[in-house]
Amino acid sequence: MSGASIPLWAEWVVAVLLVSGTGLAFLGTIGLTRFRSFFDRMHAPTLCASMGMAAVVLASIVYFTVAGQRLVVHELLIAIFVTMTTPVTFTMLARAAYLRRLESDGDHFPPDARTPSRDT
Amino acid sequence: MMKRWLPYPRVSLLLFALWLTLNQTLDPAHLALAAVVAVVAPLLGSPFMPVRKGAHRLDHILLLCGIVFIDIVRSNIAVALIILGARREQTRSGFVRIKLNLHNPSALAALACIITSCPGTLWVSFDPQRREMLLHVLDLIDEEEWRDIVKYRYERLLVEIFE
Repeated sequence: MSGASIPLWAEWVVAVLLVSGTGLAFLGTIGLTRFRSFFDRMHAPTLCASMGMAAVVLASIVYFTVAGQRLVVHELLIAIFVTMTTPVTFTMLARAAYLRRLESDGDHFPPDARTPSRDT
Repeated sequence: MMKRWLPYPRVSLLLFALWLTLNQTLDPAHLALAAVVAVVAPLLGSPFMPVRKGAHRLDHILLLCGIVFIDIVRSNIAVALIILGARREQTRSGFVRIKLNLHNPSALAALACIITSCPGTLWVSFDPQRREMLLHVLDLIDEEEWRDIVKYRYERLLVEIFE
């Protein structure tokens, strides 16, 4: 299917979706380095796993549907599986970090919501 | 008889459709394979199923999916702006404890998935004795606001769906 020619409007749709999807993934990576604490960092990659992934999947659906002249939707399964499985890893990492902090900081953790937690 | 071979009819139906979608075919050979998967996989997996009572109320499930979709789009934009430094000075992260009325393990798992898939919020832990969840929020301004979001936006619907 490589090099199949698709109409210009479809090329634009695919290009915009791909650039915004990968752009979000890139932003997630920047966030990973910019945030300071472990728990703050956990938020950044979800950009990639949610809307970044959705945009890339949509781009693929549009491209192969237009190029193949028939509806191609099995990419939706990727979206469903990624959405169902990434939170498992995220909550597992968060819980591991939480238990370690509990062990080292004891009663002082988690700090009350009013105190900043950027300094870890 | 039916119960014995198809303990989870909806899971079986889902697996059947999943197999055919993955292979993108309605070929008779694949129909047969899909049927085998749909019967065998739930039988092998049934010891690991935590609860027998599943989700019901399709209208509420669709409503919840719509709400979650909107929230994911909104929080994507919010977190992207924070990372870009559009409002770096004001943001402060923190923890919020929220008491839950949910008892069904599947409902709790669904809530954990919803909260974690939204950028900006993270399900950290759940205390089954005190029935309290610990939420980490990237841009914490008002704790009460987050309690209201979890309790009224998600939990109410999840209670309807699972209990």
